Amino acid sequence: MAHVPFEYGLYLAAALFLVGLTGVLVRRNLIFVLASIEIMLNAAGLAFVVAGSRWGQPDGQVMFIFILAMAAAEVAVGLALALLFRRAFGSLDIDAASRMRG
Amino acid sequence: MTVVFYLAAAVALVSTLLVVTRRNTIHALLYLVVSLLAVAVVFYTLGAPFVAALEVIIYAGAIIVLFLFTVMLLNVGRQAEGDEPPRLRPISFLGPGLLSAALLVELAVAISTGPAARTGVHAVPPRAVGLSLYGPYAIGVELASTLLLAALIGARHLGQRQREPELGPGDAAEARRAGTTLPGEPSPSSEPSLPQPVGRDA
Repeated sequence: MAHVPFEYGLYLAAALFLVGLTGVLVRRNLIFVLASIEIMLNAAGLAFVVAGSRWGQPDGQVMFIFILAMAAAEVAVGLALALLFRRAFGSLDIDAASRMRG
Repeated sequence: MTVVFYLAAAVALVSTLLVVTRRNTIHALLYLVVSLLAVAVVFYTLGAPFVAALEVIIYAGAIIVLFLFTVMLLNVGRQAEGDEPPRLRPISFLGPGLLSAALLVELAVAISTGPAARTGVHAVPPRAVGLSLYGPYAIGVELASTLLLAALIGARHLGQRQREPELGPGDAAEARRAGTTLPGEPSPSSEPSLPQPVGRDA
């Protein structure tokens, strides 16, 4: 189990985070934007876990659990907002909300 | 175990790329499940079995089910393909892809030139995580529970308001008096997350 270099876990976390960032930048569907944010949060948690397992400390996993709670809260509110968005604009294209109307 | 790590990392990367590039919402979310399960395997190979279990149960279990539930509720499986017809061309990925590639190079340089830490991974048992959670991080646990409560109340509030903007106050009151639902109002059976008050129709 102890043969995976520490850096490769961080490379994987960086790559996953940047894929999620690209998704946020490219996609215009609200569901996809939320899913990309989930990918980014998951990658950040992966970096915490990798660092925690590198030094053999439980703090990385504790931080991952906090990130998990935050992601769950964010998804609950975000999906409720997606329901409202669909109701208000008739689509999930976030460019439909580019104007402020009070 | 090393082979398992590389295999799971490759699966995670490929499936995450597929999540970002799919047009069909359901397909993308199912690829996201694969990605999260692969990351769970990565956690397991890194000696973090507790977090691997949490990843499967909460991320792949609860959060993705919430996503799928919302997608089914919105009925956007097909319409999502029409939501972004001209934008999701391969050329759309050029700018953000280049920016992300530049960032990836920077991060790779930063990681590879950091302080030499070339020892392997150390397994952290769930017992240590639990002792740490309820010892020095007890305040954090309380704050996380408060955050979840706030999210629960916020989502409930948003879900409660979602039918009011379409109805004028008179319409809603009249419909409530008549005990009927307006045509634009969804039937109660389609929204199990919104409990209907029992005494309203009486």
